[in-house]
Amino acid sequence: MSERLLLQMQQVSAYYDQIQALDTISLEVNLGEIVTLVGSNGAGKSTTLKAICGQVKTTGTISFLGKDITRLPPHQTAKLGIAHVPEGRRIFPRLTVKENLEMGAFQLKNKKEIEEQMEIVFQYFPRIKERLHQKGGTMSGGEQQMLAIGRALMSKPSILLLDEPSMGLAPIIVEQIFEIIQELNQTGMTILLVEQNAYQALTIAHRGYVIQTGKIILADQAESLLENKQVTEAYLA
Amino acid sequence: MSHIFSALPQVLVDGLTLGAIYAVVALGYTMVYGILELINFAHGEVFMTGAFIGTGLLLSMGAFGSALPAWITLILILILTALLTGLLGMGIEKLAYRPLRKAPKLIPLISAIGISFILQDLVRFLAEWKTGNYIVTGTTLFEGKLTIPFSSIIGTFQNATIKTNTLILIGITIAIMFMLDIFVNRTKWGTAMRAVAQDQETASLMSINVNKVISLTFFIGSAIGGATGFLFAQQYATIDPYIGFILGLKAFTAAVLGGIGNIRGAMFGGLLLGVLEVFAAANLSTLTSGVFGSEYKDVFAFAILILVLIFKPEGLFGKSAKEKV
Repeated sequence: MSERLLLQMQQVSAYYDQIQALDTISLEVNLGEIVTLVGSNGAGKSTTLKAICGQVKTTGTISFLGKDITRLPPHQTAKLGIAHVPEGRRIFPRLTVKENLEMGAFQLKNKKEIEEQMEIVFQYFPRIKERLHQKGGTMSGGEQQMLAIGRALMSKPSILLLDEPSMGLAPIIVEQIFEIIQELNQTGMTILLVEQNAYQALTIAHRGYVIQTGKIILADQAESLLENKQVTEAYLA
Repeated sequence: MSHIFSALPQVLVDGLTLGAIYAVVALGYTMVYGILELINFAHGEVFMTGAFIGTGLLLSMGAFGSALPAWITLILILILTALLTGLLGMGIEKLAYRPLRKAPKLIPLISAIGISFILQDLVRFLAEWKTGNYIVTGTTLFEGKLTIPFSSIIGTFQNATIKTNTLILIGITIAIMFMLDIFVNRTKWGTAMRAVAQDQETASLMSINVNKVISLTFFIGSAIGGATGFLFAQQYATIDPYIGFILGLKAFTAAVLGGIGNIRGAMFGGLLLGVLEVFAAANLSTLTSGVFGSEYKDVFAFAILILVLIFKPEGLFGKSAKEKV
């Protein structure tokens, strides 16, 4: 095992009632990487992220920093440093932007630490600072996505799990968000990115996995996947 | 008609007293509904249990109690009652609602009604066992009375008398509402409570322990409801195990009137309902030339409730604005 290994899933399966959503999935994320999981709608991308943070029950082993987290509930995986930005952003609509950020920092005890972290978030997302006292639900989709990522950063996480950050957003906003994801990575943040927009995701990622009906069918360097015929035909057409 | 106007000060004093009780009990309903979308029908019985716990404590303090200054006794009993009823509320949630969290909404409602009956009978049994009668009359801590000279402000007003107990009740309930409002809107755990009410799944991703927040909600709602039960017992002297039923219904009504799930709405709804009810009790007979007596006060209050809900089904302070998703 490499010393840089941060997150590892081994033979993980998940079920919704009787339906198998994940079928013996194995994947790894190393420290400092952007890893992307691409696939079509319903392939099991979101379920994979939910399995990691403990929102769905699984069999197999999931470990984070060498610790078995397979059976931990979400509030405990969050404490360990796994920040999940859920599909559809899910910001708290009737909390102010500031309160949303404060909830992201729920596990930080020190007020000063929270303020410092908020300043860091403002550097990435200056727009958030302008809207601090507005209710979260009154912001545009793009702003909400930025807030959702900012809120996740507030916990000082070791890894960001991003679920479809481009969903429903104008191309120009998507581009901005992907730039910020890259910036975050350059300052050392490890990222597991789930995307339907496979081209854009593979362009910024180091490595990628392709998932189809709950199974990982390909795993490779991102640039190789971009040239892989199977991938280009199925997802980049 | 001039009688109605001149009696207004007393109606307001009595109405606000009753309304303050409704308001604090309504808070318990509205907080739990906001977070679980559950109507905790056992909440009225938690209020009643608080009335008995407080009165029981007061009676059992006996000589030791009368040696203490009355206000120390009052604070001591309020804190103990709040603590015990708070734990009771937490226990009810854990035993009767948590195992049913994923069940259809109707199921925990039935178990809430079950808990109501259990509490009524348990309190009745204990009260009869200890005092020989389930209707209990406690001693009152404060005997005094005060007259507010409204007539010197406006000539046609009659003076209002107000018991020391009433002043204490209004003061403490207002303090409770004020502190709760600050807690919910200004503190970390209060914000977490609102976050859980809006989106439990996402709140748990913020490392918020959702079960802990739900327990805390039940603790606070039950603690303030129970403490108010003791204030009620002090105000109206006589209590029985069934006072929680009607009072609970009215407090729930107040919560709906203000917009269920809305904390400030519950406070306002409680005060409004109390004033309406006392106004009706004092004046219905004059207004209808004796056709309807004061015993129709509930009909009057609820008729107004129905009117409000027909025109504003989400309640006076309910959230009607659609949010962007």
